[in-house]
Amino acid sequence: MADPFLIGEAMTGGYGAADILNACTIAVEKGQIAVIVGPNGAGKSTAMKAVFGMLKLRGGQVRLNGEDITKLSPQDRVAKGMAFVPQTHNIFTSMTVEENLEMGAFLRRDDIKHTLEQVYHLFPILKTKRLQPAGELSGGQRQQVAVGRALMTQPQLLMLDEPTAGVSPIVMDELFDRIIEVARSGISILMVEQNARQALNIADRGYVLVQGANRYTDTGEALLANPDVRRTFLGG
Amino acid sequence: MNNRAVILFAGVALLYVLTGVLLSWNVSLNILILGLLSAIMALGVNMQWGYAGLFSTGIVGSIALGGLAVVFVSGAPVPQAFAAGGPGVFLSAGWQLIFGLTVAVAMIAAAVVIWTYMPRGRPRAITVAAVLIAGFFLYRAIFDPAVTAIEAFDPATHGNIGGFGLNSIWAWPVGGLFAAIAAWAIGKISLGLREDYLAIATLGIAEIVITAIKSEDWMARGVKNFINLPRPWPVPYEVEMQADPGFLAFCVNWGLSPITASTLAVKGIYIGMFSLVLAALIWLLQRALNSPWGRMMRAIRDNEVSAAAMGKDVKRQHLIIFILGSAVVGMAGAMYVSMLGQLVPGEYTTLRFTFLIWIMVIVGGSGNNWGSVLGGLLVGWLWLIVDNAGPLIMGAVTSGLQDGPLKDHLIDIAPQFRLLALGVALLLVLRFSPRGLLPEK
Amino acid sequence: MNFLNALVALLNFVVIPAASYGAQLAVGALGVTLIFGILRFSNFAWGDTMAFGTMVVILFTWLFQSMGISIAPLPTALLALPFGILITAAFLLGTDRVVYQFYRRQKAKPIILVVVSAGVMFIMNGLVRMIIGTEEQNFADGGRFLISAGDFKAWTGLAEGLAIKGTTAVTLVTALLTMAALFWFLQKTRTGKSMRAFSDNEDLALLSGINPDRVVQVTWVIAAALAVIAGTLYGLDKSFRPFVYFSLLLPIFASAVVGGLGSPMGAVAGGFVVAFSEIVVTYAWKKVLTYLVPESWAPDSLMQLLSTDYKFAVSFSILIIVLLFMPNGLFNKGK
Repeated sequence: MADPFLIGEAMTGGYGAADILNACTIAVEKGQIAVIVGPNGAGKSTAMKAVFGMLKLRGGQVRLNGEDITKLSPQDRVAKGMAFVPQTHNIFTSMTVEENLEMGAFLRRDDIKHTLEQVYHLFPILKTKRLQPAGELSGGQRQQVAVGRALMTQPQLLMLDEPTAGVSPIVMDELFDRIIEVARSGISILMVEQNARQALNIADRGYVLVQGANRYTDTGEALLANPDVRRTFLGG
Repeated sequence: MNNRAVILFAGVALLYVLTGVLLSWNVSLNILILGLLSAIMALGVNMQWGYAGLFSTGIVGSIALGGLAVVFVSGAPVPQAFAAGGPGVFLSAGWQLIFGLTVAVAMIAAAVVIWTYMPRGRPRAITVAAVLIAGFFLYRAIFDPAVTAIEAFDPATHGNIGGFGLNSIWAWPVGGLFAAIAAWAIGKISLGLREDYLAIATLGIAEIVITAIKSEDWMARGVKNFINLPRPWPVPYEVEMQADPGFLAFCVNWGLSPITASTLAVKGIYIGMFSLVLAALIWLLQRALNSPWGRMMRAIRDNEVSAAAMGKDVKRQHLIIFILGSAVVGMAGAMYVSMLGQLVPGEYTTLRFTFLIWIMVIVGGSGNNWGSVLGGLLVGWLWLIVDNAGPLIMGAVTSGLQDGPLKDHLIDIAPQFRLLALGVALLLVLRFSPRGLLPEK
Repeated sequence: MNFLNALVALLNFVVIPAASYGAQLAVGALGVTLIFGILRFSNFAWGDTMAFGTMVVILFTWLFQSMGISIAPLPTALLALPFGILITAAFLLGTDRVVYQFYRRQKAKPIILVVVSAGVMFIMNGLVRMIIGTEEQNFADGGRFLISAGDFKAWTGLAEGLAIKGTTAVTLVTALLTMAALFWFLQKTRTGKSMRAFSDNEDLALLSGINPDRVVQVTWVIAAALAVIAGTLYGLDKSFRPFVYFSLLLPIFASAVVGGLGSPMGAVAGGFVVAFSEIVVTYAWKKVLTYLVPESWAPDSLMQLLSTDYKFAVSFSILIIVLLFMPNGLFNKGK
């Protein structure tokens, strides 16, 4: 079987002595959306951080496009085409929207105008606010800046840690629409979500984690249809 | 005390003995006296830094306040100045000055009360500002004429308000009290903020204390220096001893010169007294450190967040330890001036009396009382030996050079070299042995 | 006429000296705030860094003078400035490699870095005193006055003279150019923006591929330039004494804190706030008031709020007021 575009295979590890992840496997195909859901403390964010190299693994492997990147630092993974949007503190509050996006493209030496236009096309509101300090924007707009900053690196894989945390349902729908749009442009998406039902709705692949291990893994649709998953994790 | 401590202390003792044998016992004992005082100051700083992680750059201020206490407690009374009158003086000058200071304190207190009890908003800000500004002018109107009257009395020898003329041993606790009051005020303001704000604010308060002592002639004659302060009980004067037939007989018996014997005896008594204070402090501090309170302080230092989560009032505990540490330093400052018999404001420099004490604490071992004592005795010796033997050593080092400007320059800069050397020593300790020569257990 | 005299006296004794002192403080405070923003500690070695840089400038000034090189009417020190910056920058980069980098890698608490900076302070202090001594050095040459008080009186017919020293003009122009260059750099260049990003959110800056070592190095180089410029301007205007530079720490810290540590705009505003307060509070207003009020009301006393000895008390009071009421400074809104 050919490797998926990105796979974190049998990842085991944690911050201190105790492991948070127990042989957890997460994978995304090219241009698809993978969603990690699960109860609080299941290790969702930890799994994401492990894929991005912010957590030392005791076991398992992370491969991007068939290449073993387990030993790379997060910075090196950015250079390899991975982009990460943290859950909080994910924008430069004192800088303007446009400067935020420019900083996203810091490593690039080519002309970034085109990508900038793409981001503004995706999030039109950012264009009108491009000279405003990002810290003055609303919660939803800040998330757009955060995603936009990540897209400026022209990543092949975009990782989002609870992108809809703390935004209103309308904004959430809007944000999910944009994420689908990003995926259609060929960028793989891996995200952790609190709003499991909506997230699984747009997911090509869903991972339900419990205690740092895979409990259910299926397409988003199938997970939503699975009565066990519904009863235990989606509230009926 | 473990083996390591014993060896290190023995090494330091050897330094003092060698100084005595090779240079002079007088110098060695002088350095020891100052070393003991430094050790007490270091103990106070170690309380703040070692127990609580507070970085204060105002040590020199506490030391100077302690010195000022000696002038107030033991300076000769100047009743003529206190009772002086003059234009704008409606009470006696002394009482009016005290009244003026009381007004100033009352105005600040009033401002604080208004700030606390009035609802937020513009009216509150305006009221507080008005009280402070009006208070300032009222204070100046009362205070200034009194100061003029006091300073006008015999400025060549007095010009100050005078002290109580008490024995200067009483000034020791008062010095601690002065420093404690200043620490309370500054701690109230800057504790609980970012930790380097305390460092910046204390730098400021120390600067102001020193400026006040230098320029408020009514207190301690400012830069004209205050001399002739009495020695603390029970230290005798050499001339009295030399006139004492019993002492003379003793000297003849042992074949000593009365002059040498009396100087050494006085120094010996100082060493005994200061050692006693040091020992008492260490005993108290070791007990405190091993009490539940000491454990709590260390818990707060090592993890402020979790200590706060366990319901400890971190800011309050920091304030307490900050005040206590400053009081110890202030007391040492008073001891220093009572021993010197004079207050020389120009002597109080931040480098010598703040950062040097810091080096003692860190080199000795932050958090370990014995470490502070070791640091005080060792670094104090290093610092002072340069004063006494620096030109000598440099002369020996450069003896191969021809006389000329280079040699003169090298001999001149010997005292500056210690700044460099101590800076390097501090950085080396911080880097390679951050817990110091005698680490905390 | 009296009103004009009062105005000229005010300009001559308050506004111009305060503007010049404020410019010196502002440049100095910019360095403190930059180091705080990027390296996240209050640098107690700052006063001595200024002294060190100024010393290098003085040495080069003497060298140029002995070689007969002059840019009169401008002071020779301006010519020596780039050399001072170069050597100070090398020194600071060296200290970073040997000293600070270790603690940064360890992610040591800021207060540890403050203590470490005190150690660096001792070293620089010792070096400066060993090399140039503790004595006062005057190294200002070039034109003494742009406008002398006598000329001004003769020219306007006023009783009050307005003197503008050459060094005042040099201070204002140099400081203005320095600040403009720094703000242009921070706002418009890629490296400058990456420094702001790093100061704003270090983790996200790393995620964006910003190289922290490079940011830190650039910061030290800029800090060196600011220290040398601030120190040299102060020395030209007044004189050079190592211990005075050490005590400049307080007004400079006050300036940086007033504006909000880490905010460059704030540091500049803070510098002028501190300088103007210091001079307004310690100036004897008798002269100005005598011109303004009827003769019978003329004040007897000096009309001085605080004696000049207490100028540091002014910086300190400002510092305390800010710490009490706006711990984030005037220009940092809720951070």
